[in-house]
Amino acid sequence: MMLLKNLNNQTIAWIKAVIFVLALFPLFKLGIAAYSDNLGANPIEKITHRTGYWTLVFLLITLTLTPIRRLLGWSWVIRLRRMLGLFAFFYGCLHFLTYMVLDQFFDWENIIKDIVKRPYITVGFSALLLMIPLAITSTDSMIRKLGGKRWRWLHSLIYISAIGGVAHFCWLVKKDLTNPITFAILLTVLLCIRIIFWLKKLRAEKS
Amino acid sequence: MKPYKPPFIPSSEITPRDLFESRRKFMQLAGGASLAALLPHGVWAAEKLMDVKKSIYTVPEELTPQKDVTSYNNFYEFGTSKDQPAMSAGSLKTRPWTITVEGEVKKPKVFTIEELLKLSPLEERIYRLRCVEAWSMVVPWIGFSLSELIKQVEPTGNAKFVEFVTLHDPEQMPGQKTAVLEWPYREGLRMDEAMHPLTLLTLGLYGEVLPNQNGAPVRVVMPWKYGFKSAKSIVSIRFVEKQPTTSWMKAGPNEYGFYANVNPEVDHPRWTQAKERRIGEFLKRKTLMFNGYADEVAPLYSGMDLTKSF
Repeated sequence: MMLLKNLNNQTIAWIKAVIFVLALFPLFKLGIAAYSDNLGANPIEKITHRTGYWTLVFLLITLTLTPIRRLLGWSWVIRLRRMLGLFAFFYGCLHFLTYMVLDQFFDWENIIKDIVKRPYITVGFSALLLMIPLAITSTDSMIRKLGGKRWRWLHSLIYISAIGGVAHFCWLVKKDLTNPITFAILLTVLLCIRIIFWLKKLRAEKS
Repeated sequence: MKPYKPPFIPSSEITPRDLFESRRKFMQLAGGASLAALLPHGVWAAEKLMDVKKSIYTVPEELTPQKDVTSYNNFYEFGTSKDQPAMSAGSLKTRPWTITVEGEVKKPKVFTIEELLKLSPLEERIYRLRCVEAWSMVVPWIGFSLSELIKQVEPTGNAKFVEFVTLHDPEQMPGQKTAVLEWPYREGLRMDEAMHPLTLLTLGLYGEVLPNQNGAPVRVVMPWKYGFKSAKSIVSIRFVEKQPTTSWMKAGPNEYGFYANVNPEVDHPRWTQAKERRIGEFLKRKTLMFNGYADEVAPLYSGMDLTKSF
């Protein structure tokens, strides 16, 4: 465990490269399945579900990094956060594009109706919209421009995005809530850890 | 050159026609069987249904490939994902099998599956299938009108509804180990719906006995209703006076009603029912009123408010 506490830049660069390749694997797998006609009877549904699933997975992984740093003292993991957050956004965009192009085939009238009328789509779409400013301000120069405090404030939008994303999943399944509830429990744990940190900090400031 | 002289063949040596023909048939069967033995289990295990006549209830639309009909199923008794039933329904034993027909009838009876197969001439009907999840298929089912069975048990005047009960055995149906729905699965019809000629007591699919994942050995199919109404692997049919509460009504009373007629104008509370994706097609189709069977079944619901009786 102690070995993982401090890593040199070269090691981190390697870890980043490996994670980058791994993070593309779900897309690669979908591509292979599509090419070999292995997406089942309803390929569009499968692509929609897979891209949505990986959006949530990457959101949760991203939210795990701060607790890991705080609890285990591995400060370097924070250097993976931007890339993993951008992967969440990447899969979120693929998910929406699948809906827009493959599922609805640019039926704008219906897409707008869905977004306004169907709460699970309203929530999911908003969660994705909220990720856009985060992706735009993810560069080093944008962090400098905004200043650490404002940047951190803006990026706490990720919590709302994650809650929205999980709510979207819970809301759309017909009956079996096993998978969405698993995501919901994990997200609750991750958010509770932050609340505990925050309460501790408040108490420390008072005394 | 010697003239050709046919050899003498005693009549005792000549194989009678029916015998050599039956030998040929045997060889063909043996050849077919050994070929079939080389194929993966699911392919050759299917039992062909013989003497199936064509039915007038046939929609002139392209059939959904057998592979899709048998690999993309909602059958929560075997898991809640679409591909699970095809993978895990092998644990269901469909022989011996009986259906108990009881309740408000003069002649209650327990039918074996063999008796059912002989109860009435089998016909192939090509029906549209519309799932409540907004996808659809075109499926060649084999069976006969449920009314044929109903006539045999002579319902009393008190029989206002029919209830279908699916097998409840978590050992054979592993999905029943979790309480996603209230088991056993229950579905129901109003008496006039059950007697309607379109309501098919279904024993086969694509020329063969029903595959387990499609509701073997016996199910019902009502093509003008959402798929979940069509109870699978039925063990009991009960005639009752009061409207039964179905599994899906219990699971979501504001989302699933007793009638569940396909209706593009009445949305599911969470999604639209105006369009559907036909499996195998890219662009969505407009959903038809009563799934295109309005001419046949609309009179059953005249005067009813279909937004309330959904």
